[in-house]
Amino acid sequence: MFSRREFLMAATATSALLGSGMAGSWSKLMAQQALSEDQLLAMEPTGSLTLVHITDIHAQLKPIYFREPSINLGIGDVTGKPPHVTGADFLKLYNIEAGSPDAYALTSEDFTSLAKSYGKMGGMDRVATVIKRIRAERGDDYVLLLDGGDTWQGSYTSNQTLGQDMVTVMNALKPDAMTGHWEFTYGTDRVQEIIDDLSFAFLGSNIYDNEWDEPAFEAWKMFERGGSKVAVIGQAFPYTPIANPRWMIPGWSFGIREEDIAKHAEEARGEGAEVIVLLSHNGFDVDRKLASNVAGIDVILTGHTHDALPEPVIVNDTLVIASGSNGKFVSRVDLDVKDRAVVGYKYRLIPIFSDVITPDAEMSALIDEVRAPFEADLSRVLGKTESLLYRRGNFNGTFDDLICQALLEERDAQIALSPGFRWGTSLLPGQDITFEDLHNACAMTYPAAYRSTMSGKMLKDILEDVGDNLFNKDPYYQQGGDMVRVGGMGYTIDPQMEIGERISDMTLLSTGEPIDPAKDYVVAGWASVNEDTEGPAIWDVVENHITKNPTVKLPDNESVKVIGV
Amino acid sequence: MTITRRQALAVTAGAAAFLTFAPRISFAATPDTDAAIKEFTGGATPTEGTVSLDTPEIAENGNTVPVGVTVDSPMTSDNYVESVLILADGNPNPAVATFHFSAMSGAAEAKTRIRLAKTQNVIAVAKMSDGSTFMDTKEVKVTIGGCGG
Repeated sequence: MFSRREFLMAATATSALLGSGMAGSWSKLMAQQALSEDQLLAMEPTGSLTLVHITDIHAQLKPIYFREPSINLGIGDVTGKPPHVTGADFLKLYNIEAGSPDAYALTSEDFTSLAKSYGKMGGMDRVATVIKRIRAERGDDYVLLLDGGDTWQGSYTSNQTLGQDMVTVMNALKPDAMTGHWEFTYGTDRVQEIIDDLSFAFLGSNIYDNEWDEPAFEAWKMFERGGSKVAVIGQAFPYTPIANPRWMIPGWSFGIREEDIAKHAEEARGEGAEVIVLLSHNGFDVDRKLASNVAGIDVILTGHTHDALPEPVIVNDTLVIASGSNGKFVSRVDLDVKDRAVVGYKYRLIPIFSDVITPDAEMSALIDEVRAPFEADLSRVLGKTESLLYRRGNFNGTFDDLICQALLEERDAQIALSPGFRWGTSLLPGQDITFEDLHNACAMTYPAAYRSTMSGKMLKDILEDVGDNLFNKDPYYQQGGDMVRVGGMGYTIDPQMEIGERISDMTLLSTGEPIDPAKDYVVAGWASVNEDTEGPAIWDVVENHITKNPTVKLPDNESVKVIGV
Repeated sequence: MTITRRQALAVTAGAAAFLTFAPRISFAATPDTDAAIKEFTGGATPTEGTVSLDTPEIAENGNTVPVGVTVDSPMTSDNYVESVLILADGNPNPAVATFHFSAMSGAAEAKTRIRLAKTQNVIAVAKMSDGSTFMDTKEVKVTIGGCGG
């Protein structure tokens, strides 16, 4: 006779992340009884080389809630393929029980109630525990720890310290290499200053000096681990000077430059590399295409688009690994290398359940230390939310609805535009909104909330342009953000169409009138990439709004209609 | 502003003054571009291949887009690249630059920067010493930017 617990554990034995676990929406206590640190980390090892990948932490030192997208469309060849599978379809594809810990970690299904059961995820002290345990299990000389970037930006403390809090914490974690994207929004001088002090490599094969068109960063580095020579090629976000302010890094040019990656892979093989790893901030679809174009890469550790997949996507002979964001996951890839080639692998996407994994005491102390000067501000309560606040998803998120509402009211505008960033944490209904929570949604170095007039035609051009950055059929033309969020205006989008033909039925919500291409509208927005943008910081705008309206309740956003998919 | 060596060396193209946001154009060349190609080739239609363009998929700055061109040729006295024409088919005057080579050049490679006011095709046409012509076309997108996440 099975005990109830044994029965429940057996019931989810096939689940993707956890060798065993519990199904169903149980109480937090019951849920956590089924989870243990050992179980979260357990994996059948293979070979003698282990890659550990973290990416897109966005300066989240403490455990957070982060709701995965409910809509994440793939266009063209990748329609319906991971990571463009969400919700119940994702559960089905990976054979995950609804209501299980995996379902909570990997999808938006039943998010609020599961979040209450399973608790927050992430926290760099938990991540430290996992990394230390992997190093202890495998041996220091057998493990490469690689950080995919978007590490130094995304919180109040990182913005205040120009990334120093994260640099301090990451130095303690001792990665072997990193690459970057939002790192560059601290500007050339600051990036250079940090890199000069870094105890590990900052790699960027695709970053060139603008004036002489010569490589500006170390492109790749050879490591010896587990008896193998491993070459790691770094690939920074190719469209940094387009998606973020170019004036902050005027001397650097980026781009995909796949021929450079091929060249470095060949060089590395020539120097005896047995394993070639691309540490990439390209975004998933770009890396999938790159893997099919460039031969000889064994593993692509992908980042930027914040996807978390419990299994690698295999393209030709390349493993593409997607390790999520915000410290929710740590990826472990064991590689079996024989006769200078990878002959086998084992993979585990380790979910960082913050109430299950013991915080590493040294790292906890360090995190407390870097946060201490700001603690009084961080914990200040601004208001309370009755709705789930989140950002991730192709078209809108409730946190962005709140930001747009604040822009409309505080800046007295007809229409609000808010960028489709993929970072920003979630808040559950009933939670206080603290100063820290607000800054998690908007901490960055170009926060000015502008107010200007734009013609209806200009607004359409902007939506079309951003839509094409997201839904271009060729991944190499995608920039990896989500659709620009819009307040005060509704529209219809057909993602399958070409640029100029996706957007229709633009409507001014306050009057119900169609947007007139020839007419001017008052528009408020933030995060403009143009230099000398004027206006108060977005966090001040939203804080003022919440102070005046301390109970946040947002209706379902029905102003964007998606057709043709 | 001081002119750097790079800027002094660059061949720039005249283009429309304002950034506009036109729908993606098709790969069929415009009549002006066609005419410029025909003039360069003496009426022949160039074959795809042999010449390859190196352009960014998306321009970081439409005012100065790096364009590189390489032609596969032994560059010997009886088989070399004579010249390469670069065109930007969204420009009012599509012919942007012509590079002249000889067997003495050693390799048929050139780099320049051009101005692109909007998303368009950049085309390279190579004329060989035997009169044969080749072409490559790459689309360069000029975007508003600002929403990568």
